[in-house]
Amino acid sequence: MIIEEINILRQHGWQFIPDPRTAVVPAPFRGRPEIQDKVSLEVQQELYDLCPVAAIGMNPLSIDLGKCYFCGECAMAHPEAIQFTNDHRLATNERKRLIVAAGDTHGIELDPNKIRKEITAMFGRSLKLRQISAAGENSHEAELNACGNVNFDMGRYGIEFVASPRHADGIVITGPISQNMAEATEICYHAVPDPKIVVLVGSDAISGGIFAGSGALNRSFLDKVSIDLYVPGNPPHPLTFINGILALSRSRQ
Amino acid sequence: MVLTSNQKSISLHNAEAIPIAEIPVLAYADFKAQVLTWLHSEKCHCVAYYAYPIAGGLKFIAAIADDSNGSIDVLSHEQMGSGPFKLEAISATVMAMHIYEREIAENYGVVFIDHPWAKPVRFAFNRYNQDMQVNDYPFYKIESDQLHEVGVGPIHAGVIEPGHFRFLCNGETVLHLEIQLGWQHRGIEQLYLDKSSMLQRAILSENIAGDTAVGHTTAFSLLTESLVGTNTQNAMLDLERCIALEWERIAMCIFDLSNLNIGIAYQLANSVFGALRTPVINFFQSWCGNRFGKSLIRPGGTNYPLTDQLVEKMKALLDDFEVRFDAMAEKTFHLPSVLNRFDGIGKVTKKQMMLIGAVGQSAKMAGLVRDIRSTHPIMTYEALKVLPEMQSGGDVLARFTLRRLEIKQSITLIRNLLDMRQYLYQESTAPLKQQEYKMKPNMFSLALIEGWRGEICHSAVTDGEGNLKHYKVKDPSFHNWLALALSLRNLEISDFPINNKSYNLSYCGFDL
Repeated sequence: MIIEEINILRQHGWQFIPDPRTAVVPAPFRGRPEIQDKVSLEVQQELYDLCPVAAIGMNPLSIDLGKCYFCGECAMAHPEAIQFTNDHRLATNERKRLIVAAGDTHGIELDPNKIRKEITAMFGRSLKLRQISAAGENSHEAELNACGNVNFDMGRYGIEFVASPRHADGIVITGPISQNMAEATEICYHAVPDPKIVVLVGSDAISGGIFAGSGALNRSFLDKVSIDLYVPGNPPHPLTFINGILALSRSRQ
Repeated sequence: MVLTSNQKSISLHNAEAIPIAEIPVLAYADFKAQVLTWLHSEKCHCVAYYAYPIAGGLKFIAAIADDSNGSIDVLSHEQMGSGPFKLEAISATVMAMHIYEREIAENYGVVFIDHPWAKPVRFAFNRYNQDMQVNDYPFYKIESDQLHEVGVGPIHAGVIEPGHFRFLCNGETVLHLEIQLGWQHRGIEQLYLDKSSMLQRAILSENIAGDTAVGHTTAFSLLTESLVGTNTQNAMLDLERCIALEWERIAMCIFDLSNLNIGIAYQLANSVFGALRTPVINFFQSWCGNRFGKSLIRPGGTNYPLTDQLVEKMKALLDDFEVRFDAMAEKTFHLPSVLNRFDGIGKVTKKQMMLIGAVGQSAKMAGLVRDIRSTHPIMTYEALKVLPEMQSGGDVLARFTLRRLEIKQSITLIRNLLDMRQYLYQESTAPLKQQEYKMKPNMFSLALIEGWRGEICHSAVTDGEGNLKHYKVKDPSFHNWLALALSLRNLEISDFPINNKSYNLSYCGFDL
């Protein structure tokens, strides 16, 4: 009976987020951190020792979001030194912009001068991406899938994940890139026609995360390509990914 | 835990630590005979069998769970000398042991004589035979002019993890599917030893399989607590962990229902179940700041107690969720076009699941009871007395239906837990501090948790200083991938996607 389907649809109403560009993720979501000036060296040292993924730098006190898992343990140990805001806009195209230092309160943005012209020219209205899970732990993959669900509906911008690298305009890597996936990752990259973009999603992909230094990784592929977008998180929130991709591909519109 | 002479094993409870010296060391022939005695009965299954280096050789520890009385029998054997050791395979008699012996063979070069399926497991970076690479996997072949092979992966069409599937086909019929894993290997077990802080190890546990962050981290935490010897059992903490585990089960089962419906192009159920998952994982975020429950579970306590305010939100969410879930499920499970696509597809039998040692959902969908919440309960599960939801069909429909039943059961369990919570009059404890993280020396422990896929086992051995000497992780997928391979026999390749989705096994949990 079609009436049952109609009732189910009515029960659910409108599920989509009206505008992902202005949507807010409520606390206790941990987004961009803010770090106080004048934190004593003892406390800096304590935070440095505490951080499980070596994301904290000293003098000045800083957090490298390319390594950070957003576990929030540093803010819990010293809330007077570090606070995580609910600002989910964390993606950028320049690695060093992921390092938030004491006193930084500005949002994380892309460097517009470093966005290649062909990206906005070719992908401004339609961007098809091939995802490669290179030892990703499946929450990252789940969040990328969620980008296309009825809530986030990334497809409204013409941005989608596709089944083949031949249909894609770029690759999106999750995971720290294992030795066993190194060759497949490279083959997939080469199978994407030019021009193409490379996006690293998650702190595992950006820095190796908790797996950095493991003998089971082979991250040499990343030395051979230029990275167009870093999307930090463990895993990044779908809004972090969507806003990052939009900022990269729609910057001139 | 009383040891008499001539004793062949020592009996433990779930998450009970004992001195390693109390585990009887048997001659291999006795060890094998004893293990076989247990495993011929349906009520027993092996939850751990691994080796680690000791001075002058290798020590092998096995743990057999007895589902009838909740005990875990532990025994060991040692092989001295430089190896490579040759042992008669237990899996020549009991197939379920195949994967344990393969792992030991891969890691240490032990040769298991008459092993029925002596193949690589995951091409671990520190494996014994470095000559063999991930692309050298020895696939099963049949020489014939009539047959053809289809290889898929490691990278797949969807946004999913990598694995290689090799179909051996006669025309449209799949004679044999072989699944090669290992692509995701990150060296997790070695990292447990390399990363020394408790926080690092907790975070490592959260990232074994991101879809089972709560399950794996709870197993790690219980294991850690047993080795540290924190006897301050906190009923509220236990209860909150059980709620988190059931919440994770709902989140993933609803994901699977959504995913299976996209596999048959039923758009409405795909969208509705997908949309229903959002408030569930968003609640995790309200609770601990992460949609997958990461940072919620820590040894000794939690940084994110379930407050009264959260409880009210949770209750309201469950009520709303259940109404919408029931309406969609009722429709979906009565739709002939859905049932027709799932019914009788990818059928396996209880006997097959016994043979391969399937656990959790993959066992329960074929009529084999394997549920740690019921057989080896720990924390508040002891009071809950969970009766596992069961199916007997062994087909895609049985796996589909089991998800629905488990969601309903988890809702009931959470409501029961919330009722119990009102009378606890206490708060959950804070996590152990790093300076309190001192494990007892020369100990062995093992913790079993029923994750949403099935039995998770974490086991560890400490050295003379109380440092980790060996750490072992077992995800349910370690056993269950073979079930998917068996399901595909005599189907068409086009039936693979719905079968794969109906199991939704973990690649990274297997590859470690």
